[in-house]
Amino acid sequence: MPEISQENPPKTVLFRGGGFAPRPNRWAGAALFIALIALLEMGTRSGFITPLTLPRPSDVLSTFIDLWNSGLLWKHLVPSFSRLLIGATIGASFGIGIGILIGLFSLLRAGLVPLVAAIFPIPKIALLPLFVIWFGIDETSKYALIAFGTFTPTVVATYGAVDNVDRSLIRMGQSFSLSWFSIVRKIVLPGAMPGILSGLRISLAIAIILLVAAEMLGAEYGIGAYILEAGSLYNLERLFTGVAILSLLGLGMSAAIGLLEKWLLGWRT
Amino acid sequence: MNLQLKKIGHRYGATDVLQDIDLDIPAGKIVCIVGPSGCGKSTLLRLIGGLERPSTGQVVQIGDPPGDSLNPLTYVFQDFALLPWRSVEGNIRLVLEDHGITNRETEVIISDVLTRTKLTDFRQALPKQLSGGMKQRVAIARALAVKPAVMLMDEPLSALDSQTRELLMDDLVNLWTREAFTAVYVTHNLNEAVRLGHAVVVLSRRPGCIREVVDIDIPLAERTLGHPDLERQQQHLWNLMRDEAMAADQELVNA
Repeated sequence: MPEISQENPPKTVLFRGGGFAPRPNRWAGAALFIALIALLEMGTRSGFITPLTLPRPSDVLSTFIDLWNSGLLWKHLVPSFSRLLIGATIGASFGIGIGILIGLFSLLRAGLVPLVAAIFPIPKIALLPLFVIWFGIDETSKYALIAFGTFTPTVVATYGAVDNVDRSLIRMGQSFSLSWFSIVRKIVLPGAMPGILSGLRISLAIAIILLVAAEMLGAEYGIGAYILEAGSLYNLERLFTGVAILSLLGLGMSAAIGLLEKWLLGWRT
Repeated sequence: MNLQLKKIGHRYGATDVLQDIDLDIPAGKIVCIVGPSGCGKSTLLRLIGGLERPSTGQVVQIGDPPGDSLNPLTYVFQDFALLPWRSVEGNIRLVLEDHGITNRETEVIISDVLTRTKLTDFRQALPKQLSGGMKQRVAIARALAVKPAVMLMDEPLSALDSQTRELLMDDLVNLWTREAFTAVYVTHNLNEAVRLGHAVVVLSRRPGCIREVVDIDIPLAERTLGHPDLERQQQHLWNLMRDEAMAADQELVNA
């Protein structure tokens, strides 16, 4: 062993591990959000950003408060909510059902996967006129559009999730002579749940996009109608109020799924 | 109930995995199957329990399983195969649910097997909270719950560290001593084989066929760590396997 000396001083070993492990940070998201809004507020107040480019955040807030006070907020939100709820529920349930069937039966998979792949990239908004002809101008066509739009991503996520269920658990079920139905209900379905829920996150965001699209075409009330009206009047404050409401809706949905995951997937490490 | 393997052979595509396996599995005994890696011992176990169909030959059941046996051929897997979303109790309940047993009977069975595997305190725990040894105890409890006629154990201790393995081996010996069960025990660990097996079947490398069946007459309870006779048996088994293992190690995997 070499001696420690003047020419040969002891050195601490350099640390080179760490990183590559995302840690939760509760405040970063909110802080960035607040910073951005503050920047906009300062920009618009100083005149650096003209009122034609972007509305002042405080004006958007006061528009929102007016909307709340006048009671119009709920008049727009309630129909939007019910369209979203009904459309997304229909789309997601069919999506999960068909997705599971695709995951379980090879013949269905061979037949339906190409079909779903063909439908997936069609912008569903483009089909809205067709839906209006099929289902009429009233609520049904809006439900159909939202349902159709949530259906395809849910199917893809669901059969992927079923494919990813640990086969050794299924073999275990068979080795204990569980019935086919038991294996599907007690092993495949819970095993696919993480994938299904993360697919649902995407599907529901798409549902919100389609909700607005549907409401822009023939709806008296609804967030989409509100935004369309504001846009055609070039009322940026109201436009941004509507957009902010949509963002909040998206945040709320994502939080709801987060809670659902916590409740259903508490078993995950 | 005895099991008899008649001229079992198996192939995956063009590869012969098993050839001409004739073997008796007598009731109340533990038969260990050892062999170099890739010799088809796990495949053989899957064939015995009907999870795979042999290409040739058949597995014959002689005599009926006891009337109260819910699942005569029951596996214990190397990777435990516990449902991570069910508690210890729920995992055992899973295999009882399809048999139309009353709630009270289920309760009695669960309490009984948890006591036998010393898991009573962990009844509500989720698998993620348990150590590997505990998980395998749960899997053994689950297997015991269906009162198997033959337990098919696929390297049950291979995923555990050597201390835990010792503990679980003692537990298995205790379980067997209290109530003799029939088991086919696949392992690559010769020490486990001589500690637990009434008979040790040595398979050759692929295509696996039986090279020798070594009977060990010492009662299970007397087989302590470092028992001279066992050491000798283990040495004998190693001598049988050494060249095979070396050749198997140097084989190219034709994917």
